[in-house]
Amino acid sequence: MKYAFFPGCSLDSTARDFRKSTEAVCGRLGIELEEIPGWTCCGSTPGHATDATLAVALPVVNLLKAEKMGRDVVTTCAACYSRLRAANDEMSHESDVRATVDEATRSQYRGTVRVRHLLDVLVNDLGLAVIRDYVERPLAGLRVACYYGCLLTRPPKVVAFDDPEHPVALDRLMATIGATPVEWPAKVECCGAGLSLTSPDVMRRLAFGILQMAERARADCIAAACPLCQSNLDLRQPESVRAAGSGLSLPVLYFTQLLGLALGLEPAELGLSHLFVSARPVLEKIPAGAMR
Amino acid sequence: MIEVDKQLTVSLIEELERQPGGQIRACYQCQKCASGCPISFASDWLPSQIIRLILLGETREVLSSRAIWLCLTCSACTARCPMGIDLARVMDVLRQRAVEEGLAPAATPEAVFNELFLKSVRRHGRVYEMGMLTRFKLRSGALMRDVEKFPTMVAKGKIALLPPRGGDRKTVREVFDKVEKKK
Repeated sequence: MKYAFFPGCSLDSTARDFRKSTEAVCGRLGIELEEIPGWTCCGSTPGHATDATLAVALPVVNLLKAEKMGRDVVTTCAACYSRLRAANDEMSHESDVRATVDEATRSQYRGTVRVRHLLDVLVNDLGLAVIRDYVERPLAGLRVACYYGCLLTRPPKVVAFDDPEHPVALDRLMATIGATPVEWPAKVECCGAGLSLTSPDVMRRLAFGILQMAERARADCIAAACPLCQSNLDLRQPESVRAAGSGLSLPVLYFTQLLGLALGLEPAELGLSHLFVSARPVLEKIPAGAMR
Repeated sequence: MIEVDKQLTVSLIEELERQPGGQIRACYQCQKCASGCPISFASDWLPSQIIRLILLGETREVLSSRAIWLCLTCSACTARCPMGIDLARVMDVLRQRAVEEGLAPAATPEAVFNELFLKSVRRHGRVYEMGMLTRFKLRSGALMRDVEKFPTMVAKGKIALLPPRGGDRKTVREVFDKVEKKK
């Protein structure tokens, strides 16, 4: 299984642990990730909020590079996933935007490179039965609140490989590795995204709402699938909790970190030390070194 | 006093209706968008009100609102609208127009952030978070915010101190320039 890997800007900075755990997990599962040479920023939210043409052109620059590699693209960043998919959608029908993008990129790209999120690849390409065979340390007894966020699930026509209101792909993955996915209402609620930098008081309220719901569902941790979600819920957990006058504390791990633990990988390989809110309660909960 | 601007409104509605999901006249005010909007508690207008204001000709009010900048493009509205209106996309158009018409409130932090983010991408091919955050702090005056986190972030390897390398900057710069020229 070989893919053209589009890491996105945050994976070399604030989401370094997402990169580490993704590469470790894919290595163990035999998923070959070849990083797109010279990849550049997808434009993320600032792109589409500023200029409709730039918002499509920036992802297309990368899709053209992937086209040369002859592989489907896989990405772990939800924003990059959303933007690459949106660009494919825009380029597949005629419009002024498409004409300008053609000119700006000196090409005639028509949205033909498939773009997948790693979660989709794991659950639907590799398959849960295969993953189950690789599990060495089932996360038995660990209650996980699976948090999908917005960009993996909406708008459904563009990105969804799962139900936009009640997705289950991550829940099924967590169940496969022995954990207990909890039922909770904040699966696809917004974490506050970029407001963390521009209007943080709003973000704090949104982030706290999610953390509180996970706590009420008696989750031991939250499994995140997006670098910004993870950052808002982890790096900004102390300030969000303080603003709400609460004392809660809940580890927020990338789903690849949890998967990696179940596959028998070491915390160091998975970048657990990068977490702001310590993963110790999670490590203490799972049966240490239990081999199947 | 809310003012009606016919020309601006007509051109905006025309622009919206040219896009997939832009048929705002189909809105019958079911409020599903408003009910699911995560930032509605902090906003001056609900998404349903934004649509209504445009159709009533009060476009200036919309383009100078806080609502369009607090919007996270979480797309809950888009996913739920029974008439297939892509409100998240409508919000994008409103943001673009607000800047173009000079109606965004001065120093709207989100608009400043967007500008600096894209400048960073144009320069490095990828976002240089450190550089962008520093500039943002200087522009927004929020110099001390997050400063207490900085040592921990560095210690935990959560922030790259040096600019990113390896991105095809040349192509990105060309794209920016060509798109700019076309405008």
